[in-house]
Amino acid sequence: MASEEKKEREPNFMQAHRGLNSWLYTLDHKRLGLLYLGTTMLFFLVGGIAAITLRTELLTPEGDLVSATTYNKLFTVHGAVMVFLVIIPSVPGALGNFLLPLMLGAKDVAFPRLNLLSYYIYSLGALFFIVTLFTGGLDTGWTFYTPYSTTTGTAVVTATAGAFILGFSSILTGLNFMVTIHKMRAPGMTWNRMPLFVWAIYATAVIQVLATPVLAITLLLLIVERTLGIGIFDPAMGGDPVLFQHFFWFYSHPAVYIMILPGFGIISELIAVHSRKHIFGYKAIALSSVAIAIISFLVWGHHMFVSGQSELAGIVFSFLTFAVAVPTAIKVFSWVATLYKGSIEFNTPMLYGLMFLFTFTIGGLTGVFLGTLSVDVHLHDTYFVVAHFHYVMMGGTIIAFIGGLHHWWPKMTGKMYDEGKAKWGALLVFIGFNMTFFNQFVMGQQGMPRRYYEYVPQYTQQHVLSTVGSYILTAGLFWTLIYLLQSLKDGKQASDNPWGGASLEWQTQSPPIEHNFHGQPVVDTDPYNFPEIDRSGAMDEH
Amino acid sequence: MILNLLMMMAPEAAGKAAEGAGKAAEAAGNAAASAAPGMPSAEAIQGLHKFPVEAPHSWATLPQASTFAEGVDTLYLFIVALSVFFFVLVMGAMFWFMHKYRRLSPDQKTSSITHNGKIEFLWSAIPAVLLVVIFIWGEIDFVKQTAPPSDAIDIRVTGQKWSWTVEYPDYPGKILTSNNVEPRVTMIVPKGRPIRLTMTSRDVIHSFYIPAFRVKRDVVPGRYTNMWFEPTQVGEFNLFCAEYCGDQHSRMTGIVKVVEPELFEDILADYAKLEPNEGESMADFGGRIYSIRGCNACHSTDGSAKVGPSWKGLWGKTESLADGSSITVDGADGENYLKESILDPNAKVVSGFAPQMPPYAGQLSDQHIEALIAYIKTLK
Ligand code: HEC
Ligand SMILES: [Cu+2]
Repeated sequence: MASEEKKEREPNFMQAHRGLNSWLYTLDHKRLGLLYLGTTMLFFLVGGIAAITLRTELLTPEGDLVSATTYNKLFTVHGAVMVFLVIIPSVPGALGNFLLPLMLGAKDVAFPRLNLLSYYIYSLGALFFIVTLFTGGLDTGWTFYTPYSTTTGTAVVTATAGAFILGFSSILTGLNFMVTIHKMRAPGMTWNRMPLFVWAIYATAVIQVLATPVLAITLLLLIVERTLGIGIFDPAMGGDPVLFQHFFWFYSHPAVYIMILPGFGIISELIAVHSRKHIFGYKAIALSSVAIAIISFLVWGHHMFVSGQSELAGIVFSFLTFAVAVPTAIKVFSWVATLYKGSIEFNTPMLYGLMFLFTFTIGGLTGVFLGTLSVDVHLHDTYFVVAHFHYVMMGGTIIAFIGGLHHWWPKMTGKMYDEGKAKWGALLVFIGFNMTFFNQFVMGQQGMPRRYYEYVPQYTQQHVLSTVGSYILTAGLFWTLIYLLQSLKDGKQASDNPWGGASLEWQTQSPPIEHNFHGQPVVDTDPYNFPEIDRSGAMDEH
Repeated sequence: MILNLLMMMAPEAAGKAAEGAGKAAEAAGNAAASAAPGMPSAEAIQGLHKFPVEAPHSWATLPQASTFAEGVDTLYLFIVALSVFFFVLVMGAMFWFMHKYRRLSPDQKTSSITHNGKIEFLWSAIPAVLLVVIFIWGEIDFVKQTAPPSDAIDIRVTGQKWSWTVEYPDYPGKILTSNNVEPRVTMIVPKGRPIRLTMTSRDVIHSFYIPAFRVKRDVVPGRYTNMWFEPTQVGEFNLFCAEYCGDQHSRMTGIVKVVEPELFEDILADYAKLEPNEGESMADFGGRIYSIRGCNACHSTDGSAKVGPSWKGLWGKTESLADGSSITVDGADGENYLKESILDPNAKVVSGFAPQMPPYAGQLSDQHIEALIAYIKTLK
């Protein structure tokens, strides 16, 4: 049967056209997805190199490897690149672009040309970041706090212009995805029959469209202040520095969910497919994404409990922060419940899914400490915060992304990677990640402030442990890169549906044909109806 | 749970150790005060090794040195306990399912459950209730931290790149600064008395953070922020700048010294005293003021420009000013220029530099200025 199928195979989307221009001018969402994948991974490398240099510097309490200025530029590069060029665009840009139309049974996104434009805007923004790097760098931290950013001599204008431009890419992608989801679902795909990945991308798109303009205007104001000397944030010119923080976090807190929601979407797919069970609490998971998207707009002040905002504001923001914890908890419980009475296969995508549950749960629980007013006064701007957001951003989004990449790799490339090697990679990543970041919670509770080039010798052992962990993590990530690239060359041919997925992307060939499907697919059931599910009800007896 | 118990027990041990260390440092300080006023003995400096040893080892908990510390830690441990409970619950379930429902055969049947309203309600409601409890608890403690008692001792804190200046309005003329030479004592406070800080910054945002007291507050240019605490332990504790503020952010640290209330005024007078030591030349005394009063934060003596011009070769050179005029720093005119530059720096601004120097009128006596000028003259 397999050989029969092979004969009928049409050229896939990569074979349909050839040459550089077929990539540069492509309107194909799948090719754009791969372009995003390549670009974001390149910047992941840049941000990663900065991180490793930082960690190496921190091996000793004294500043000895690089100068203080270089250190400050490095953590700024690390943060800004990872946030703006990697985490925000990675899942929506790469996996979202590739998969969304496939999952919906559509030929492409609603506005393919706009999609190409988004990619080029993204590249332009990235170019500004690169220019920043080569014109002396930036030393404000990725948060650009005023008045430091209005007074420092480094390349603030190009960097903020870069982030400003990237914002437009993000807005246009969000808009495109929203319209696509509203308008291009296959016949029969009701809202309740959409894969949860699509729901997550939808909630993300809503935040991207609503919140990003605020960042754009904030950064523009900062540029105006720096270039024209009009006082907005700098008190020396009659401005208000705390106002900047309000503006900045009004975007950047929702942005945390721009970063994590797509990861949630991936995890829902991985856990369901590889345990052959209907996802538990579909509606709760879908709606909690939307709830998170909405509440996320109202919690920005929890970054500012000690910044001099009013006491009442602090109390209200703390309360709302706790409100956002509930839908997040619901998701974690639902994923674990999905495993119940399943048929769990421990392949690499699933291992990453389970790893996510472990690390993200820690990330989520430690968020409770930081939402608590009196405790946050102590923990704010310490390594506790560093550990917390790495558990959420890296232990959440990046782990989910790597899991998703393994899950859809056969679909995207038509090749299988070496499962044995992949499991070793997962193990290294898991050990390295936890070793790097877990004890940073302890260090933060002991008072170690973040963004310190030199530190009190008392924290040395912990820093050394972190640094060694980060080397293991790096080894795991490079290992992963190598076997994935290897698979392109001599990986086994992937079947169309290696995991037995029930959503539409698995119903076309691997890699898909240029127009995704032969004819219009029709949906008559939800995407988690696997053949192994026992409809007789015998399994449901307790 | 074991982790939890350990954490509960550790603070006491750590606290005792710190108290011991504090007493020793106190004794050393007193001895030094009688021997050489204002300067701790060489051994005391050695012993400080720049930072007070707050924890006996890397993983021990911080001392609880203010009235807030215990409350914050109790709530912290409460959340740790709840987190551990839920983590073990969720991971326990996950690992149990991973084991029990691992795929044994390719056609293994799975359950058709898709949801369960009762369970979903419970796992939303129970965390919600616990979260509300945590919220209220944290809120109550937070409100306490924002309302200083009326009998508090007032202290003014000014942050600037990259040092702290601490002034005592109730004790006129007493000023301490953090800088990177010994003694690094930046603030002296009596044990058992509420202290209220009124803080502001001269340049960018800084944050005043004393981990052992569990207090932190941003120090913002153009506005005043307040913070208060009541120390409960005699000793020396780390002071950090917690808001990133540039190159020497990690050096914007200092030591908060808590002393017995009856010794407070004497010790403060000792540390704040800025008088020439016996046999000390004016130039040497000036060099000491240069570092103790934090001129070194902005002026180098090796010719490199920092925030302000270097003092190397300043005496005798012709300085061009921002208004286009120039002045030769020599003779009586030169001395007057230097004096004015220190007391009222914005009167004549050196060209190429921003008017960022704080005025020192009222903070430095004529004798101090004389010493500084003598010191500058030596920097050829
Ligand atoms: C916050 C940084 C800062 C600190 C702290 C500081 N200065 Fe300055 N100082 C400057 C700057 C900037 C200038 C140049 C602009 C001006 O003339 O006001 C300057 C100029 C001067 C000048 C004139 C130098 C010249 O080349 O003509 C003198 C003298 C001086 N400072 C003395 C002092 C003394 C004494 C102290 C310590 C008690 C001190 N400064 C502390 C920033 C600082
Ligand atoms: Cu600072």
